[in-house]
Amino acid sequence: MYNEKVMEHFENPRNVGEIAEADGVGQVGNPVCGDIMRISIKVKDDRIQDIKFKTFGCGAAIATSSMVTELVKGKTLDEALAISNRTVADALGGLPPVKMHCSNLAADALHLAIDDYRRRHGQGDGTDASVKDKVAAGSDEDKCPGCCGKIGRAVAEGPRPAE
Amino acid sequence: MTSERVIAGMATSDGGGAGERFRSVYLDHAATTPVRREVAEAMAHYMLTDYGNASSVHSFGRRAAEATEEARARVADLMGARPEEVVFMSGGTEADNMSIRGSLAAYSDRGRHVVTTKIEHHAVLHTCEELEKEGLAEVTYLPVDRTATVDPDDVAKAIRPDTVLVSVMFANNEVGTIQPIMEIGRTCREKGVLFHTDAVQAFGAVPFSVDEMGIDLMSVSSHKLYGPKGVGALYVRKGRRIRPLIHGGGHERKRRAGTSNVPGVVGFGLAAELARKEMDDRVRRLTALRDRLIDGLLGRVEFSHLNGHPTRRLPNNVNVSFEFVEGESILLSLDKKGIAASSGSACTSGSLEPSHVLLAMGIPPEVAHGSVRMTLGTQNTDEDVDYVLEVLPGVIERLRAMSPLHAKAVAERAREAAGRPGERCESGPVTPGAR
Ligand SMILES: Cc1ncc(COP(=O)(O)O)c(C=O)c1O
Repeated sequence: MYNEKVMEHFENPRNVGEIAEADGVGQVGNPVCGDIMRISIKVKDDRIQDIKFKTFGCGAAIATSSMVTELVKGKTLDEALAISNRTVADALGGLPPVKMHCSNLAADALHLAIDDYRRRHGQGDGTDASVKDKVAAGSDEDKCPGCCGKIGRAVAEGPRPAE
Repeated sequence: MTSERVIAGMATSDGGGAGERFRSVYLDHAATTPVRREVAEAMAHYMLTDYGNASSVHSFGRRAAEATEEARARVADLMGARPEEVVFMSGGTEADNMSIRGSLAAYSDRGRHVVTTKIEHHAVLHTCEELEKEGLAEVTYLPVDRTATVDPDDVAKAIRPDTVLVSVMFANNEVGTIQPIMEIGRTCREKGVLFHTDAVQAFGAVPFSVDEMGIDLMSVSSHKLYGPKGVGALYVRKGRRIRPLIHGGGHERKRRAGTSNVPGVVGFGLAAELARKEMDDRVRRLTALRDRLIDGLLGRVEFSHLNGHPTRRLPNNVNVSFEFVEGESILLSLDKKGIAASSGSACTSGSLEPSHVLLAMGIPPEVAHGSVRMTLGTQNTDEDVDYVLEVLPGVIERLRAMSPLHAKAVAERAREAAGRPGERCESGPVTPGAR
């Protein structure tokens, strides 16, 4: 079902955990649907200095979470925002079609974390309001009409201290 | 025994590299079983030597017909039925389709109401839904309790003057719960409605008596009892009418057209015969393995729950939910260690929702996602159970270390233990953000 690269990330996920004093945290998904991805970031000089994830979900959910952290570590925030769920799936060499919509939300969690960081640092909501909108409405790319409407119901958690 | 073989795996995980050795443990016997060697050999004879068409008059045909009738008697024996009440067909799915559609068609003068349950196999549920769409049936779907048991009183209350058929499965394929079939059968008899039971999982696993159980129609399938795939049977009580689904030649006493699948039927018959002979031994061995596996898992892994009835369950069924982790992840991890299991999570059910059975039992979706079904077979050994008990807790631990839900639950528990319940986080430990 999954290719070798996906399985490799599933078995040896990078950057698992939660940053103790994160600068930004983003979470998407819903346990009822079977996937939750939570990403925390540490930002320095407008770059993602450190990033960690925690994910409850299937093999694709874990592999995409791992991959997104690998893709953006050290990148500027704008570079990180340019990464989409599709970029992540492509970097993994593709996902089974059914997983594209339901378990491929890691970039959304990342974008929410960046959004959270910017809000906390007085950069307002405006810089990337599109993220919130997208997560609230579901973009065309990610729309999943058949399922529980995961993106539509995505939970954008506000800033909260790490546990 | 095959399950004891140790195979050289090409495990890539944990730097184990090629040559890492692990057991191969098949624990998905509810999905299908291996064909017994003597069964496969008996079948080969009717493909290679006595390959005649059972409807032909010549000796090739007569030998095939004799073998078919012997098989019919063996299957009937395991049911506690008479041979002429057994109709061979392509499997459990066809038997379920035919019993519902065929009895509604035959008894349309009585009405078109069907009583069934929310936990039936899709072969029953989708047939009912289709008949509703076609305007040929009105269906009542009964609820079940937390153990997946149907209340016979609910059955009695649901029966109306226009009820034709009650269809309640004998044992559930996911959680193994065995239904109060006797009581339901008695109710149906009293109310004068037909009683169908999908016994695909139970047939060969527990003793049967269609008369004592008040069964009018019963679906069974060969590949769940160490016989070949693509063969099954419908038991039709003598005197009960049924309209065929498949039209053509007059095979199976005009109830199921199509050239007899002689090798398949012969294999099914022998598998049924072996199940009858070995029944007591199988029940004893599997129950012991099952209970050791259940107790071992619940004892070793916190936040785990048995799904289904603790005692009224199939001797080979283990179904456990591990909170805070998702089933497909567990299956992939187990598969890497040579363990084949299944799950009721959305990702593995092929649909986008977790198992309809677990949901009907009132299990929260997030817990249903973490369910793992392990169904034992005659080839499994104590060593297989030991191996699973050794591997599975580590798999759950690794996935929980990655799960945001687990950290929360543990923190929550620590706070509660410290006697400061006031510091609960705003949402529950299991369902942050759930509505
Ligand atoms: C309860 C139940 N009913 C029906 C079926 C379908 O049987 P078959 O695979 O022979 O069509 C199955 C098998 O998956 C089953 O478990």
